Order: sequence, then structure tokens, then C-alpha cells
Amino acid sequence: MAVDAQTVEKLAELARIAISEETVDEVGKRLGNVLHLVDQLQAVHTEGVVPMAHPLDEVQVLRPDEVTETNQRDEFLELAPQSEQGLYLVPKVID
Amino acid sequence: MEWEVVIGLEVHVQLSTQSKLFSGASTTFGAAPNTQACAVDLAMPGTLPVPNAEAFRFAVMFGLAMNAEIGHRSVFERKNYFYPDLPKGYQTTQLAEPIVGPGEIEIHLEDGSSKKVRLHHAHLEEDAGKSLHEAVFEEGHGMSGIDLNRAGTPLIEIVSEPDLRSAAEAVAYLKKIHSIVTYLGISDGDMSQGSMRCDANVSVRLKGEEELGTRTEIKNVNSFRFVERAIKVEAERQIDLLEDGGTVVQETRLYDSDKNETRSMRSKEVANDYRYFPCPDLLPVELSDDYVEQLRSELPELPDAKSARFASEYGLSAYDADQLTQERALADYFETVAKASGEPKLAANWMMGELAALLNREELSIEQSPVSAEHLAGLIERIKDNTISSKIAKQVFEAMASGEGDADTVIEKRGLKQVSDTGAIEQMVDEVIANSARQVENYRNADESKRPKMMGYFVGQIMKASKGQANPQMINKILKEKLDALL
Repeated sequence: MAVDAQTVEKLAELARIAISEETVDEVGKRLGNVLHLVDQLQAVHTEGVVPMAHPLDEVQVLRPDEVTETNQRDEFLELAPQSEQGLYLVPKVID
Repeated sequence: MEWEVVIGLEVHVQLSTQSKLFSGASTTFGAAPNTQACAVDLAMPGTLPVPNAEAFRFAVMFGLAMNAEIGHRSVFERKNYFYPDLPKGYQTTQLAEPIVGPGEIEIHLEDGSSKKVRLHHAHLEEDAGKSLHEAVFEEGHGMSGIDLNRAGTPLIEIVSEPDLRSAAEAVAYLKKIHSIVTYLGISDGDMSQGSMRCDANVSVRLKGEEELGTRTEIKNVNSFRFVERAIKVEAERQIDLLEDGGTVVQETRLYDSDKNETRSMRSKEVANDYRYFPCPDLLPVELSDDYVEQLRSELPELPDAKSARFASEYGLSAYDADQLTQERALADYFETVAKASGEPKLAANWMMGELAALLNREELSIEQSPVSAEHLAGLIERIKDNTISSKIAKQVFEAMASGEGDADTVIEKRGLKQVSDTGAIEQMVDEVIANSARQVENYRNADESKRPKMMGYFVGQIMKASKGQANPQMINKILKEKLDALL
């Protein structure tokens, strides 16, 4: 079943992506297909199976607490559309 | 109607690791903007996070200190939201399987009572960067500046159960957390630098009611004093609202310390839906029993245990012991003075009296005290051996505070040595008696019960004549003998 237009718009807002009005229905239909797939997975009998946190059944390796990075600010700032006084500039944000 | 305030706190504590939670960038405070933000912190494509073992060690130490269950397996999840100081578009945090599970601590209130507060859980997560909205730019281009030095700094978020019933209890709980993290040395706990931040969930209900009222969340209150005020003023607002027949709206509010009020942070945006899911970049972290037990055996003496030991070992009152163990540095200072001087009670009195007043006045921490523990011990020794009286000792203390050296140097240089020479004191007593004919007459005519009080006048005169340096016990003894001889 297709995801309704209202839900598509809410998801787009949460994901901060623009979806044009003409494509809302199409996106809704495609999302619906994904959900259909999820429904099929949900139907699998999983009682007593411990959910995995990761597809690989491995344990995380930790790193020692050492500073290994050097300052590459200028190279990174060059990638940004705008910067000033070492700061990345973005449209004004107010809490 | 009698209302009850119900408070739960979420405390964020910055862990004092050298490097970040998922990258090898430095966490040093106060560096030039963005000089400590590496490719991982900036969410450059193709980077992978690798967790910092020290952050886990610190989190486990905290859990053990809170008598909490330790998550032998913990999982990182992504909390999705968009804000410019969060380059990845999600915060890596823990939800379903946090590193620290339920626990319990005891808090001590000013009236001397104690209370148990339950810990819901504590989890590891990364901090965000900072947005600068103020006029840091010369040209008014109306944009915000982003500094990502703080992005990725490890935090533990400590979530309490709604067990706190007043602003004072909330502050006592916060102070306890502060005390524990600084004792463990896992954070500097500096609220002014944001190393410890607090969100308070506040609701009110009629006393006796079981169900919780609708709560509001007060964000990011950055001092003990403001936490207390913010909770008080928010509880009052809710009570007024309910008594006027209104309802409390569940929302996030901001405390304005200038106006001493909270106000809604309501925005037009869609309510946040964080869409948590396990982070595919990170595997579950497993910690062995041996590892956890090793850390348990290495825990330092914590505030409650130290306080109990100070009371039994040094004979301090419960209140004094509690005060002196709130900060580890203060407790260490006390033990140095107590041991060096052999006078723990005098040490406690001086620390909570003159020393506390001095540090308060100069706005200094105990680590910055101009009077070292060794110098204070030296001063107490001179009181103990009757070289100086407690009154003169205050003078010596002030001189030590202004850098005139240790107690012996000050006493020597200023000639403050107590006069304990019987002949000299007798001479002063004789002079004062000779010059106080009227008072002597009164003394002789007074009822015997009133005489001890009347001696005060003579003692005062003798002290004045000796510039405070005569041994008070000797004055009392000699004076009484001489006055009684006149009866």
C-alpha cells in the first residue's frame, strides 16, 4: 500500500529533502513497496531470537586514547562554501 | 491545596579524555576554532568512527561509583536530527543497551537528612559543536559561525528517575554527581565551561497523588544556583497555571537567568522524531567481567566512604566530614593539615572558617589557595604549643594569605609571640588593677555569682595592653588571684 502524501511530506521535512508536488505520489508508492518488503520480513517467526545490533557477529575493537590527528583546518575550510575567522558560515540559526 | 514538585535530571558530563569519542582529534578546551575538528568529526565521506577505550573505562568507573549495573555489552545508535553544529545529521549515542544500567546513590540535604535517588541509566554519546550567533563578525552578513572543535567530545548522559522532590534536592543530587565525577577524575566538572550541563524535567501534582503531572523540560542550565532557581520558578509557574484552571503543556523551556523565568522554546517545526537505529558503522562493545572487576578494585575512595572515615578516624561531626569531602582536593588538603598538625578538629575549624572565607572572598578554588596545607598546619601547631593565641593566629593567617611566608616567619617578623612569662603578665595585671579603681570597687561589692562576668573588663584591658599577645589562660588565672586577694 502506498504511503500517503501527508506522511511523505512529514518524512521529507524530517530528512530535510525537497520533494516536488508532482513526485509525492510516486515517492509514496515506492516507499509503500519498501514497507511491503518489511512486512514480509516481519512475518518471519523470530521468537526467542536475540536481535543483532550489526549484520556481522563481531565485537568492536577500541582504540587507545591518543591524539593522532593534526590540524588541517585550512584544507577543510576550503571545501566549505563560506567561512570566516576559522568558522564555517551557515544561514543564521537561532534556538 | 498542597502541591508536590517532581523532578528528574538529565546531566551531561564531558569526559576528560585526551582525544574524542570516535576520532584521534584533541579535546583540549579553548583551542582556535575548528583546529581540533578532523575528517571524522566533520563527517567527511568515507570516514569510519573507532571508539575510544578510555571513554568506556571512565563510563564504567562512573557506573561502579553509582552502584549501577554495568552493560557488559553496549550498542551505539544514531539519533537523527539536523542542526548545523552536527555535521553527520545524527548524534551517535546509546539507547536500548547503554553502558550503565539502573543504580542508586544517596544524597545529603542541608538539614542533615539523606535520601536515595535512583539512576535510570547512563549512556555514552558524542557532543555537538558550537554555533556562534553573536557579533563575532565585523560585517553584518547575518550568518552564524560554526566551530566543530567540541564535536565528538565524549559525554556521559546521566538520567535519574523522577525521585527528586524539591529544587534543593535537585541541587544536592547535582553536587553529588559533580563530587563523584571529580573524585574519579573522569571529568573536570566545570559547569562554567560546559563540562557539566543539566536538563531538568519538572512536573507538579497534588500531594498524595500517584500519577505524575505533565512535565516540562528546562534545557541547559549551567550553574548549581540557576538549576535551583529555574526549578523553583518553573514549579511555581505550573502551580499557578493549574490553580487558575489551566493545563501544563509538555514542552521544552529555556531558563532566562536575567529575568528569572522560563519561557517556551516552541518552534514552528515538526515535532522531533529522532528515528533511532543501531549505528551500522559500529559493532557492539563487549566488556569482560575481569575488566569490570579490575576497575572496581581500582576505584578511589569515594565521597561517602571518605566522609565516614573522616568522622571515625578524625572525630569530626557528620556535617563537617560531609563538607570537607565534597571536593577531593578539599579532602586532600584537610588530611594534609590534620596529619601534619595532629589537630584534626582545629584543622576542620580553620578550613571551614578562615580559609573558606578567604577563598570565597578572593573567588579562588582550594587548589589556588594562597595558604598551603603545610602553612596552615604550621599555624595550628603554633596555636597548639601556645606560641600564639587563636586571636593572634587570625592575624598570622591573613599575613600568610598575603604571602608573608609561613607561620613561624610571620610570628618572628611581626613579633607576635604570645607572652607566657608570669612576671610580665603579673606586671600588666597590676597596672590594669591600679588604673581601674572604680571597676575594682564594683567587683568587690558585687555578688559572687556576678564576679566572673565582671572579670571580662580587666581581661580586655590586659589584652589591649599586651596587644593581644598575653596568654589568655594565664591572664585569667593571675587576674583572679589578684582580684580575690583584694576582697
